[in-house]
Amino acid sequence: MMKKFILLIILIFLLPLSLSAEVKEYKLDNGLKVLVIEDHKAPLATFQIWYRVGSRDEPAGKSGISHLLEHMMFKGTPKYGSKAFSKMVKKKGGVDNAFTTKDYTMFYQTLASDRIDISIELEADRMQNLILDPKEVIAERNVVMEERRMRYDDDPQNSLYEEVLAAAFKSHPYHWPVIGWMPDISSIGRSDLLSHYRAYYSPDNAVIAVSGDVQADEIIKKIKASFGNIPPASGRTVVASKETEQKGERRISLKREAELPYIIAVYHTPSFPHPDSYALEVLGMILSGGKSSRLYRAIVYEKKLAISASADYSGFNKDPYLLLFDATAAPGKDIKDVENALYAEIEKIKKELPSEREVQKAKNQIEASFVMGQDSIYNQAQIAGMFEMLGIWKLKEDYMENIKKVKPEDISMAAKKYLHEDNRTVGILIPIKK
Amino acid sequence: MRSEKLKTLRYKLILFSLTLFTVHCSLFTDVHALDINKKILPSGLTVLHSEKHNLPIVMATMIVKASLLDEPKKKAGLAYLTAELLDEGTKNRKSSEISEEIEFIGAGLGASAGGDYTTITLSVLKKDIEKGFELLSDIILNPVFPQEELDRKREMTKGSLKQREDDPSFLAERSFKKEVFGEHPYGRLVEGSTETLSEITREDLREIHSKYFIPNNAILSVVGDLTPSELDSLIKKYLDPWKIADLPERKIHPMNEEKTKKAVKMDKDVTQATIIIGHLGISRNNPDYYAVSVMNYILGSGGFASRLMQKIRDELGLAYDVRSFFDASKEKGSFQAEVQTKNESANTAIEEILKQIEKIRNEQVSDEELSGAKDYLIGSFPRRLDTSRKIADFLATVEFYNLGLDYAEKYASYINAVTKEDVQRVAGKYLDAENFILIVVANQKKAALKY
Repeated sequence: MMKKFILLIILIFLLPLSLSAEVKEYKLDNGLKVLVIEDHKAPLATFQIWYRVGSRDEPAGKSGISHLLEHMMFKGTPKYGSKAFSKMVKKKGGVDNAFTTKDYTMFYQTLASDRIDISIELEADRMQNLILDPKEVIAERNVVMEERRMRYDDDPQNSLYEEVLAAAFKSHPYHWPVIGWMPDISSIGRSDLLSHYRAYYSPDNAVIAVSGDVQADEIIKKIKASFGNIPPASGRTVVASKETEQKGERRISLKREAELPYIIAVYHTPSFPHPDSYALEVLGMILSGGKSSRLYRAIVYEKKLAISASADYSGFNKDPYLLLFDATAAPGKDIKDVENALYAEIEKIKKELPSEREVQKAKNQIEASFVMGQDSIYNQAQIAGMFEMLGIWKLKEDYMENIKKVKPEDISMAAKKYLHEDNRTVGILIPIKK
Repeated sequence: MRSEKLKTLRYKLILFSLTLFTVHCSLFTDVHALDINKKILPSGLTVLHSEKHNLPIVMATMIVKASLLDEPKKKAGLAYLTAELLDEGTKNRKSSEISEEIEFIGAGLGASAGGDYTTITLSVLKKDIEKGFELLSDIILNPVFPQEELDRKREMTKGSLKQREDDPSFLAERSFKKEVFGEHPYGRLVEGSTETLSEITREDLREIHSKYFIPNNAILSVVGDLTPSELDSLIKKYLDPWKIADLPERKIHPMNEEKTKKAVKMDKDVTQATIIIGHLGISRNNPDYYAVSVMNYILGSGGFASRLMQKIRDELGLAYDVRSFFDASKEKGSFQAEVQTKNESANTAIEEILKQIEKIRNEQVSDEELSGAKDYLIGSFPRRLDTSRKIADFLATVEFYNLGLDYAEKYASYINAVTKEDVQRVAGKYLDAENFILIVVANQKKAALKY
């Protein structure tokens, strides 16, 4: 069965000197895309497979199904039993895991590069032959419910985060948490999982990113041999939901047993690669990039109102998402004062342009962390894979260039455009004592 | 024992103050060799260096032998605050100037105190290495611990200790340490407590700094895009004023090793019970460390390959995560198994953990389990060294615990030597299913503990 595949080799030079992460791109006939980054500094390789499915793609009443399916992917095929894949990887000294986001699901193994065949063979196997044993479904559902209790139900700050997201997004599926609502999780059965699996776990909906001590030509031959015959799937629903424009502030409160009051304030913002996304990224760094950043200096250091205060622009999403502020009040301080102090910083950057030096500092921080991140093969593959999920991996090529172009005016403009009251959702955690 | 060691070290230092002592060692014999240079400078500073030119970055890790082992009980948190305040003002720079300068070059500079030592790390682009070293040296040599900064950090630490009480794991962990180690410093949080933090003065910080932050009490490891001569000149330029001084004697703290059985139940309005079961463990220099590593991999640190995970997560669906670990420190550390499960399943989870501890004590592990554990521990070693940051931290720690420059080479032979009999022997010796500390943070009514 000789199948043709298109070979595209694109050299990219992310940074002028000594940092040339060359990505080789291939596409099989069945639609599977493969990205290979060779890095021979250590005898290791990372194999990542990305599926274009996340909580945004879930049917009503089945929130959390993508995440539960990710768990079930470890529960075996007729050929390799439950956890056999993980155990084989471990036996070779490797590590494996997976995660699910709003937009995608990713499985990875990092192991000795001469063992990468295990990844190729077993990922191809579980893309086609998952058992989804009903008994295992029930057991794993219980595991996920424990995960939810641990991560959300028993964590007051995370509970507030979930509430704020649900209030900020009314129509878009970003409304529900990736892990799912508890009653939804408990209602997911084998047939739900099977149809989700059949629709989304197919080569035409996946991307493989490999990085490390591998030869691209060899790898692609092996991938072709294992994945080349898997047919593409049909009948996926394309979720094209859009959040309607917010017209007025939304406020929620959560009363829970907790020690200190906590605030989250979010604003709807566009996602990468929207032209404003670069200015928003730099804005996030100016507000929150370390001890010299504005929020820390003003609210934690000088006013001593909070023990932590930060801003996070989360631009790497398929659909428009949020710029998120959060702060934990210092003991004895009023959360209202913390909130006002956050807004004061926002107003300040709208009114006065940040200095050239401050903007340069933020850009330097983004660039340095990007360069340092390249030291990890996992991270290299992860960046390529994530950019591919959001559009096309080549976008990463322009990313630093666009960051470098951001001017002080762009930052104040972006703040004015998005960080206004009507576009805001605020959540306050109000501690109660039992 | 300890003072003898110190004497030997002093004696060595006298020798080395005249000549430079250099050791060269290669880890891995293939193309991925990791060359390490070790030197002891006339100042007594141990320097480890490995060149990596794959990226224009440099990672430095400094270990200073100062930790909660060196602070009085009533001033718990002193080592922690000393580390936290290193970059909050020096003879040359104000707190805000330090963060501004370091962040302007996109670098990372930070210090933190732990159970056995204080770590100071620098992550910097090669082009900014001069600035990075200048700041690293400034915060280590010249901190002034301004009163205002001390007060601020103290209040922030108190606040964060309070906030962390929202986390059931934090509550369980804090209580576990206290019960296992009692009066020993390992029984305290490195941050101390609200009460002890209030006792700490600027003078205390200065004293810890002048006594312990001396070159002959420190290890510097540097990995990345830097040649030996470049490193030499950086050290000469920025660490030259750092002078050898009298080594402080590290106290040995008595540890109560009496076997005890105790259950601590904390009531909290939560859906899950957070459970810790454990007791005293081993120190890092215990010759059984490697047999214990293999045994514990099989019991509870091997992820999906471990017995605890297979039973409690995969078979019973009782928890998202369950694990056991030995915290092997300078002095005897702890063993603990941890799980979070819904309140109603608490008894079952505890019972299963105890059964697994009992089983590995009483029955030999299978050949498959033994080889699986060995293969993982040996095979995963290169992953522990796959970035310059990891290598820098690794080299400093290896030096601190006296594991030998050839540790990475010898590790496989240490693990390979472990037999099934060793595994059962160390399980019998270092695990106890009868006398243990049990901590449960839960909605106690729903958990209805039998223990």
